[in-house]
Amino acid sequence: MDAEITLTVDGEQRTVTVDTRTTLLDALRERLGVTNPKKGCDHGQCGSCTVLLDGRRHLTCLSLAVANDGAEVTTAGGLRGADGGLHPVQQAFLDQDGYQCGYCTPGQVCSAVGVLEEIEQGHASHVSDDLEADPELTDDEVRERMSGNLCRCGAYVGILGAVKQAAAASSEGGAA
Amino acid sequence: MKELTYHRADDAASAVALVSGDPDARFLGGGTNLVDHLKLGVTRPGTLVDVSRLPLDEVTELPDGGLRIGTNVRNSDLAAHRAVRRGWPVVARALLAGASGQIRNQATTGGNLLQRTRCVYFQDVTTPCNKREPGSGCSAVGGYGRYNAILGASESCVTTHPSDLAVALAAVDATVVVLGPDGERRVPMGDFHRLPGDRPEQDTTLAHGELVTAVELPASAAARRSTYRKARDRASYAFALVSVAAGVELDDDGRVSDVRIAWGGVAHKPWRAEVAEAELRGRFVSEESVRAAAEAELAAAVTDEQTAYKVPMVRNLTALTLTSLVEGAAR
Repeated sequence: MDAEITLTVDGEQRTVTVDTRTTLLDALRERLGVTNPKKGCDHGQCGSCTVLLDGRRHLTCLSLAVANDGAEVTTAGGLRGADGGLHPVQQAFLDQDGYQCGYCTPGQVCSAVGVLEEIEQGHASHVSDDLEADPELTDDEVRERMSGNLCRCGAYVGILGAVKQAAAASSEGGAA
Repeated sequence: MKELTYHRADDAASAVALVSGDPDARFLGGGTNLVDHLKLGVTRPGTLVDVSRLPLDEVTELPDGGLRIGTNVRNSDLAAHRAVRRGWPVVARALLAGASGQIRNQATTGGNLLQRTRCVYFQDVTTPCNKREPGSGCSAVGGYGRYNAILGASESCVTTHPSDLAVALAAVDATVVVLGPDGERRVPMGDFHRLPGDRPEQDTTLAHGELVTAVELPASAAARRSTYRKARDRASYAFALVSVAAGVELDDDGRVSDVRIAWGGVAHKPWRAEVAEAELRGRFVSEESVRAAAEAELAAAVTDEQTAYKVPMVRNLTALTLTSLVEGAAR
């Protein structure tokens, strides 16, 4: 069965007819040519296909495209800073050397943007001592919150630094 | 993957009518487990009825102090809900111990309860598995068995239920609200999942076409003083080896007046440790008393060389969980 769906991808409205078995990831990459989200495991284990879906970090490999008709997708390539330049999270990954080969990086960046928003909203994590207090972005908190994004190069030290830099930038009133 | 007809449901009743009238149809919620199974060939429905946009996504505080959680409330939203964090910390903790931030944004409350086992043989269609293909045999008996059950298993299936949330819900005596072709019924959490027996293909007591619409949490002192601990192979983003959901209420002397203990990773369903609870009622909580209570529950455990570690692990984790709760530790 085919279905026509419309997605807003990085600000651009796109309409495409897909087989109902197509995942959101395959629709983006193979049908719309949006190759920023990467296919790593294709089973929800690695996080490299992460985008912001209607503003929240979300995998695209475990969703059917047809079920996401009307969704707004922001990939790492669609992020911008307040001045139209690099987003603070993108800049932080550059400054902190938060990657090696770069394959997992678009997913890491989208996930980090999601983490900062969740912190902003006061969401606790598995390692938070107090479920009701405003979370502090300690190293353990970053590691826990980013655990759904694997990096086979092992750039975790740089990724940790990047998330902390971006968090500091956003708490100083920078765009995020 | 075979051809797939997709319907977006307009309302719960029509979704139930569509699925209950078609043995080849399935509900689609958040999709984190089902979409993976479509790819793997673990399940091969001809029709999906998408219920993920039904307006069953509210958390409502009930007049008696309880909470009604719509089936489409996402795991992350439920964990972050102020009333859950305050009144049922075990539920928030269990959710936060499960999956990843991305998956918690996608996975639903009802879908979490209906996720299937992560037994490697269930997910590998080239191997026999009674749960996936009734009568084909069980590859986990004598195979890779580190995650296997130690309580309530059968000859036909030795797997465990993977949900963290379900273990917490068992501990707080939640009720699952279900809509079927003949109307609504309410299923106590303890009766929702089943032991495998000779029908391991049946994870729950739901009939085909019955839709989980909500989960209700009753308020209690034990739920307010509760937490969840999970032992796993890595610090985050892994299924439980064993887990403990526990809540406790003490009387004025400091003796246990109410205690709830449920275990994950030990059985085909969340295992409410009622023998251990009975042992502890009226007693003081100490490492020794909890260990003894857990040992009483575990007298029925059946282990092999791959699962023997679970007995001391769940016993000790239960002791740690309850003693830290009584000492007022944060988590």
